[in-house]
Amino acid sequence: MSNPSNFKFAKTDEWVSLEGNVATIGVSDYAQSQLSDIVYLEFLVEPGDEFTTGDSLVTLESVKAAADVSSPVSGKVLEINEALTDDFEAVNADPFGRAWMVKVELSDPSELDSLMTADAYTTYCEERDH
Amino acid sequence: MTEPTIFEISSPGRTGVKFQASDVPQFDVPKEFLREQLPMPEVSEIDVIRHFTRLSQLNYCIDTGFYPLGSCTMKFNPRINEVTARLAGFGKVHPLQPVETVQGSLALMYDLQNWLGEISGFSGVTLQPAAGAHGEYVGVMIIRAYHKDRKDSKRTKMIIPDSAHGTNPASSAMSGFDVVAVATDNNGNVDLDSLRAVCDDTVAGLMLTNPNTLGLFEQNVIEVVKIVHEAGGLVYGDGANLNALLGVVRPGDLGIDLMHFNLHKTFSTPHGGGGPGSGPVGVAAHLVDFLPCPIVGILEEGSEDYPPLYGFVEPAKSIGRIKAFFGHFGMMVRAYTYISMYGKEGLKNIAEGSVLNANYLMTLLKDTYKLAYDRLCMHEFVLEGHWPDAPEVHALDIAKRLMDYNFHPPTNYFPLIVPEALMIEPTETESKQTLDLFADAMLKIAEEAKTQPELLKSAPHNTPIGRLDEVKAAKDLVLCCWIPEKNS
Amino acid sequence: MFIPNTEAERDEMLQKIGLSRIEDLFSDVPKEFRYPDLNLPEAVSEMEALQNLKDLAIANDSTDDLICFLGAGAYNHYIPASVDAIISRGEFLTAYTPYQPEVSQGTLQSIFEYQSLVAALTGMDVSNASHYDGATAAAEACVLAYHHFRGKRTKFILSRYLHPHYRETIKTYFQGYEKIQITGDDAVEGFQASEDLLKLVDTNTAIVYVQYPDFLGRIHDFKAFAEQVHAVGAILAVSVNPLALGLIKPPSEFDADIVTGEGQPLGIPLSYGGPYLGLFATKNQFMRKLAGRLVGETVDNKGNKGYVLTLTAREQHIRREKATSNICSNQGLIALTSTVYMSLLGKQGLRQVAKLNYDKAHYAADQISKLKGFEVLDLGAFFNEFVVRTPKPVSELNSLLLDYDILGGYDLSKDYPELENCMLLAVTEMNTKDDIDYLVEILQEVSND
Repeated sequence: MSNPSNFKFAKTDEWVSLEGNVATIGVSDYAQSQLSDIVYLEFLVEPGDEFTTGDSLVTLESVKAAADVSSPVSGKVLEINEALTDDFEAVNADPFGRAWMVKVELSDPSELDSLMTADAYTTYCEERDH
Repeated sequence: MTEPTIFEISSPGRTGVKFQASDVPQFDVPKEFLREQLPMPEVSEIDVIRHFTRLSQLNYCIDTGFYPLGSCTMKFNPRINEVTARLAGFGKVHPLQPVETVQGSLALMYDLQNWLGEISGFSGVTLQPAAGAHGEYVGVMIIRAYHKDRKDSKRTKMIIPDSAHGTNPASSAMSGFDVVAVATDNNGNVDLDSLRAVCDDTVAGLMLTNPNTLGLFEQNVIEVVKIVHEAGGLVYGDGANLNALLGVVRPGDLGIDLMHFNLHKTFSTPHGGGGPGSGPVGVAAHLVDFLPCPIVGILEEGSEDYPPLYGFVEPAKSIGRIKAFFGHFGMMVRAYTYISMYGKEGLKNIAEGSVLNANYLMTLLKDTYKLAYDRLCMHEFVLEGHWPDAPEVHALDIAKRLMDYNFHPPTNYFPLIVPEALMIEPTETESKQTLDLFADAMLKIAEEAKTQPELLKSAPHNTPIGRLDEVKAAKDLVLCCWIPEKNS
Repeated sequence: MFIPNTEAERDEMLQKIGLSRIEDLFSDVPKEFRYPDLNLPEAVSEMEALQNLKDLAIANDSTDDLICFLGAGAYNHYIPASVDAIISRGEFLTAYTPYQPEVSQGTLQSIFEYQSLVAALTGMDVSNASHYDGATAAAEACVLAYHHFRGKRTKFILSRYLHPHYRETIKTYFQGYEKIQITGDDAVEGFQASEDLLKLVDTNTAIVYVQYPDFLGRIHDFKAFAEQVHAVGAILAVSVNPLALGLIKPPSEFDADIVTGEGQPLGIPLSYGGPYLGLFATKNQFMRKLAGRLVGETVDNKGNKGYVLTLTAREQHIRREKATSNICSNQGLIALTSTVYMSLLGKQGLRQVAKLNYDKAHYAADQISKLKGFEVLDLGAFFNEFVVRTPKPVSELNSLLLDYDILGGYDLSKDYPELENCMLLAVTEMNTKDDIDYLVEILQEVSND
């Protein structure tokens, strides 16, 4: 699965897509493949919560691993994708679409500048595989 | 083969025990409290004996074969321990009896406290903790209490090497400390530079496993302890690997401030399929006042004619009670029996035997399996279970294939810092012949990995059941074969 | 003895390693600390060890020597012979945690059955594979509640009639959590009814802990209480005596969220306080937050039913400092003990033994209430324990009873100053009518001295 060219990526494998001042956050295809089959997903934030870079938004569990989705940006939670709690398989099946996790209002849009482009992230993933 | 569950073999009207008829009048239970449905199985005694005997036969165990699980110290469990723990004077004693009626239990606990202290070089010991992780939590709480007592509130950081057992960071976090990891250097020791870099006046302590989980004795242990002490922190010893040191060196002498013991690893009490453990904690003199309460002490000194009167005492600044009653007494009886049979000169034979067995086995395997750190090991060693010319084979496949050779697999995927780790701990109770057979199997499997990798990928083939679908288990979550009727 | 290799074999192995002396294996150990002189006794043979241990054991008075009326969280019950026969099998005794399911189906299926039996007995949806004991299970339930509310609710309310050791353990566990307020168990007028606890319940309350039957043996109906606890969104946790649940309604009937308890009455020897068994069962809603092991059903690569440890990603070996609990064992063999016990007794036996306890305790209370100078406190319905006000201090009375080979009840004044001269008596199926009549006779005799 190729990384969408209009998304930005964090070193910790989260993606961000921007519409106006609203950012949507999820995890990358590389992240889901490393975790293997997701068996549980739990939101650690709810709409209205404010958070800063690095705060944990979501917990993911597979059979052999657990990972926290940490926020690559700062802001306020507008919406969470509650359907994912039951449809956690979407994280494996459609990480860039159906498995969006949190929509946030950015408090500092300049934080996006420090994230990677899709191309840079693709290279970054390839390096880690070797 | 599949054994039905105890619920599935239930037949209405059966029972496995007959109690005597009541010899007192019947009293009515008020209707509002009386239980109507009791959905428990109904089976006869022979049903129960056969069911659990059949289940037992699906288990691998120390009694049937070699169990080289790294970090678990699967040594022989002497049967005399089972006999002594079941003596009526121990097994049928109530924990709240007046101390005058339990002087045997208290004398045993008093001696065991002292013996463990002597073996490890500590001034005080609590026998209360129920398991190693429970002992760790006690240790971490003692560290907190020590700094608090000194009115030093800055100490929020617990340093933990990246090779540590997962319980170390979990215990620290559970007690509210921030966990800071330090790296391992090229020789498998704590990296002194990264340790120095994180040691400041916010350090509460360091949790050090020695020998570490790579099976290596911390070569800079004196320096490590000094760095932490100079920063004002305490050094906690994870005693999981004490088997390698018994009678050879005492952690307290190396400057370790406190440590837990695993009676179920080092002192031969059985693992019982996952418990009960027992995790006493030993502390240096400056921490004795913080031990959990109560501990066993002498209430009245004895004389030539009378033994002392043993009882319970509360340490002056105790962190408090950490479980009901006084610990896993049955495990204490077993450990006491075991230690008494080795005695002052014999304990070192345990460490020597376990270290000799590990190094011998490592020597037989290290040309075929990559050794993570090539130096003399202590009681265990870590191999890498993969080869460039067998790319599809992983440590897990080797582990599963070993079962076909009638061996229990080593610990795999731990420690996390070694890729495809296979962690092997033979213990002192295995013979050279067993080690030779195990090495032969490991070498054959290495050969198979290159010639018939599919044999490994689909292993095990000779076990009661094949590889299990863990994803299905976690997704479907059937944790119970009895489904409650919901109140409407 | 326990180390098989001969000296010749050791030399051969050393040679293979490339060393000449055993001591060379320890070259990394600082020389000045090697081979300390240990102040320990000389080694003894197995025969001598057994004799030494027998000498210590007979220095104790056991419940074989004494008629036991002591309970307070540990009870003298009959253990059928088949229980020990099963748990003594090496296949269970000497196996490790079932991390390799292909060679551990015996342990795994028996844990699965344990989980099912505990769920059935408590009426809850799910049970874990067990905790250390009743006290630590209660503390872990509070840890669960703390994490359930992500630390945002900071009040824990404990009933004064939750076992004193359990309350102390919870307080010890939380001493590092400065924001947590543990309340509810202070001395009050009378015998704290649930209304007193409810006054404390608010939207900052994470958990309310009660005991059933409570520490004084009383059976309460917590139905209305539970509704009020739930009205503010708090968790209702109940510590139970599992044997009582053979006779009285399970906590699920008053909508408890978490049920913990001491499993010792289920076939586990008194053994001077341990190892015992921490029961831990919850509603489905809390399943993911259960600390400790869980076994789940699945299939193997040929479609055969089998069992594995599941939800392990919550545990410390994966989550490390992010795990909510550090627990990494269960009570393995002790959980098996209770599994065999519950299976043997089953539906009929559990009901029968619970009723024997109930009847004998009520008979004893009736007889004692007729004694001059003694008062059985009327505290409502009770199971197998009740409170007696005595004409002398309990410790004094108990010493006198010991002279008649009677192990008297628990002295409540230690934990409850308001219950001066009050004794908590436990009566089980082990006490015959003659035992009880003898107790009554001796109580009268020694109180007249």
